[in-house]
Amino acid sequence: MSAFHPHLLQRRLRLSRTVVLGAGAALVLVFFRTQILDHSKYQLQSETNRLRPIPLPAPRGIITDRNGKILAENLTGYTVSLLPAADEDSLRATLRRIASIVRLDSLAIERLLIKYRRTPYLPVTVLPSATFEVVSALEERRLIFPGLLIQPEPRRHYPDSSLVAHLVGYVGEITETERAQRRFASVRLGGLLGKGGLERQYDDSLRGADGVRFVEVSALGHVVREGGAASRLPPVPGRAVHTTIDLELQRYIAQIFPAGQRGAVLALNPNTGEILALYSAPGFDPNAFVGGVDPDYWRRLNVSEAHPLFDRTIQARYPPGSTWKLALAAMALRHGVVTLRSRMPIPCRGGLQYGNRFFRCWSAQGHGDLVLADAIAQSCDVYFYQLGLKLGLTSLLEDATGLGFHSRTGIDLPGEITSEFPGGTDYYDRAYGPRRWTSAVTLNLAIGQGENAQTLVNMVRFYQMLASDGRARPPYLVHPAGGSTVSLGLAPDQLAGLRQAMISVVERGTARGAGRFGGSVAIAGKTGTAQNPHGPAHGWFIGFAPAEKPEIVVGAIVEFAREGPYVAPLVTRVIGHYLGVDTTLASKIRIVLPTDTAPHAMQILPGIPGEDSTIVPPILPPSLPPDSGNAPPPQ
Amino acid sequence: MRLRLSEIDRPLTAVVLALAVYGLATLYSAGQTDVPTFVATIWQKQLIWLGVGAAAVVLMFRTSPRLLEWATPSAYGIGVVVLLLTLAAGTGAGTAASERSWIAIGGVRLGQPAELAKLAVVLMLARWLAERREAPATLRDLLPPCLIAGLPTLLVAKQPDLGSAIVFITILFAMLYWAGTKPSLLLLLGSPVIGLVLAFSTVAWGAWIIVLFALLLWWRPYVWEGLAVMLANVIMGVVAVPFWRRLAPYQQNRLLAFLNPEVDPRATGWHVIQSKIAIGSGGFLGQGFMHGPQKRLAFLPAQHTDFIFPVVGEELGFVGVVVALALLIALVLILLRIARRATDPYSSLCVFGIAGMLFTHIIENVGMTVNLLPITGIPLPFFSYGGSFLLACSVGVGISLRVAWESRQSGYAEL
Repeated sequence: MSAFHPHLLQRRLRLSRTVVLGAGAALVLVFFRTQILDHSKYQLQSETNRLRPIPLPAPRGIITDRNGKILAENLTGYTVSLLPAADEDSLRATLRRIASIVRLDSLAIERLLIKYRRTPYLPVTVLPSATFEVVSALEERRLIFPGLLIQPEPRRHYPDSSLVAHLVGYVGEITETERAQRRFASVRLGGLLGKGGLERQYDDSLRGADGVRFVEVSALGHVVREGGAASRLPPVPGRAVHTTIDLELQRYIAQIFPAGQRGAVLALNPNTGEILALYSAPGFDPNAFVGGVDPDYWRRLNVSEAHPLFDRTIQARYPPGSTWKLALAAMALRHGVVTLRSRMPIPCRGGLQYGNRFFRCWSAQGHGDLVLADAIAQSCDVYFYQLGLKLGLTSLLEDATGLGFHSRTGIDLPGEITSEFPGGTDYYDRAYGPRRWTSAVTLNLAIGQGENAQTLVNMVRFYQMLASDGRARPPYLVHPAGGSTVSLGLAPDQLAGLRQAMISVVERGTARGAGRFGGSVAIAGKTGTAQNPHGPAHGWFIGFAPAEKPEIVVGAIVEFAREGPYVAPLVTRVIGHYLGVDTTLASKIRIVLPTDTAPHAMQILPGIPGEDSTIVPPILPPSLPPDSGNAPPPQ
Repeated sequence: MRLRLSEIDRPLTAVVLALAVYGLATLYSAGQTDVPTFVATIWQKQLIWLGVGAAAVVLMFRTSPRLLEWATPSAYGIGVVVLLLTLAAGTGAGTAASERSWIAIGGVRLGQPAELAKLAVVLMLARWLAERREAPATLRDLLPPCLIAGLPTLLVAKQPDLGSAIVFITILFAMLYWAGTKPSLLLLLGSPVIGLVLAFSTVAWGAWIIVLFALLLWWRPYVWEGLAVMLANVIMGVVAVPFWRRLAPYQQNRLLAFLNPEVDPRATGWHVIQSKIAIGSGGFLGQGFMHGPQKRLAFLPAQHTDFIFPVVGEELGFVGVVVALALLIALVLILLRIARRATDPYSSLCVFGIAGMLFTHIIENVGMTVNLLPITGIPLPFFSYGGSFLLACSVGVGISLRVAWESRQSGYAEL
């Protein structure tokens, strides 16, 4: 007989039903006991919930440089908090009484009460970082402050302060908006969080996990007793983050960076993409943010003309100026439209007539007839105007996008902005209307002006490709971003030729005198000058050394430096310092160079549509003057 | 053949719709806390998943049991492969952060394959048992079904997801029983587990071995089978303690906290204590929908997944609990009836397996909230947030609706 005969099934069904109903009935009985018979007991527990959790903050992981030197560490501090009492009024009374010792105004008391209303079951932090004097004064009067809780708590400290401010960022209390994000869901209210730089980027590993201990409190809020040995969950310290930074080099850069100037310096290893130094000036004091920033200091940082909070290596875009010429040369070489020995049909006589306009070269007397290598060394605009036209606008836009001039580098720091570059000719169609623009835009693009604004990190990444085997290695501080397939696509001899031309820049070109350290190390580099409608031009220099087998690429931008050649010695000294070459000579050389000022960009088209179409002002300080490239004020 | 709306099984449809509405309302309430978290908007995602589930019901309803039977081995194979992938490349997330139970592609978490693998095991067991027609009579006959269920069990236990592993085992036993396996044989099969549990007390274990020996003498199975059973029990007794030491600390804690929640009121016992306080303070009528203070003040852990039932208990009280339990138990009973009336063994076994799966989830999830059972973290059907499991439930409902429809078409009459 089949095992599935209806009679047999019916019998099994009966047993199954009994089991299901029995289990259901058992559950109902248990719920009856819990909810009806023991209701009053649980009701009481729910109302008082006497076990109060007290968070034990986890020490954040330290941040070190490549040699283990400390960038961010923890010191011991004390927090003063109050365990919430039965109701808000008694907490308010306690806060009033404590105000005389810890200096609280009525506004601060109201703020604390708001916090209490959000989480009535957590202690209210009155003073996030108390001095030893305050702590002992409070201890003496412990009896009149019900629920007083003083715990040692790790306090973040940045030994190098403003020097590494943009790099490490700072920590602060979690905000409501951050708490709503899934990433920070596990951070308790009032917990600390990285707010910028590496502290933010690697917050997940640095943060660790807070522990908790439980205390039993009386109805008045006095701690009755510890919840016993078992009621303690120790905090899990955050993991240390080891960066690629060379702190010694970073310090040196800060030391030699022209005082009072704004700008940024970025150094990286071209063979790996490891960032050796990342410096933005002016800086700020990240230690001032720990335990709540002083409102005065915050206001000063925000209203300052110089916008110290702003990381000029990744959050500012500048027209690349002549540093762009290497990019154009690389694209042209790859397409095979020129070789390093090619000459252009029209020799430089101080400018180029194109259509009905005259495009000037920076050197009014002209450079004469040049080959590509010399044109790079002399930064001859007329040569590159013609090279741009020869390559053609479509290839230029396509290649530049392919080389990443239209994207982010993916550096492991938060807030990197995207470099601006037209993605294709339809950009111009959108901006000006189809056929309302001419290929004369190519001339501006060819010399690093026009609709082109790059971050320092993106330009340095391009020079990294020149300095290595032509393949891009995305810059990183801790973990490299996923494999990049971007490559210059140049033959080794072409790469070597470009490098040779860049050595000429330093030895006899526009940056001559900047890189002579007894001739022991050959430095390759390129100057750049970015027109700036808001004042003197910004100066660029990006260089690498030793030129034969580069170990370091350094890029610098100094705002309002007037010209790139003024920046060159800064970079060469950094390189010299890193490679252990005596740089005293260079520092003594008074740089007097022919100017490399790119001519003002030609107004090609009537009424360029609003500046906002290309350059977005950076996010953080809303009032930063946008480095809006070459766009001259509309006539 | 035309499928008309009036011919679908009305009780099943009604109960499932009621559960979906009740569950979604509870999930919405679970997100309403004093300090808003991401749970606040999770009901919207669940709504989307309910839409996906409805589509799955329709799809499965239109799938003939014969087509399903034909596709079963592939479904099972895919299930095992995906579980293997999860083991190799799975990620932890949400309330199961320490387990590698999620499968993700390009950083987007797609789901927990274990939930769908449960269905695959039901289908595969149904196919194997239905093909035989005869009830398994010896332990040797039980070997293939044990392998079918055992492979995914091992894979999920390795994640480690103890809860799902227990569900697989329960499904196996339920379906063997429905296929006519003698209860004594099932007891012999399950005896090593009993041996494992009792091994922590030498006296209890010794007594169990004597009882087992007596049972073997009485039932007189094949000699080698009796020896194998005894051997398995002895081995379990020996390895129990080392096995315990190999469990992850949180698993040990959960089991210990089950025995005595007060032993560790912060970490694992904390869940049970807070859950019981929430349920107990609900009383007869509850604190009112959306107004449970334990939930509002974030005392309830994982209130949107594993511990969603205390939200019902706290806010709607004993009445709300009884209604929810009645609906859930009714769902299982309706499925049992459908399994009984099915036209062929395969369909019958499928529906019974689905019923067994849902039943295990219900009892285990609800039981752990009142400390009746240890905490394992398996979801409550139609209440807990989670796309994969909701999809699995929907597919199960779709299959059952089709089986019910088939028996109605064939003119089934009560005996």
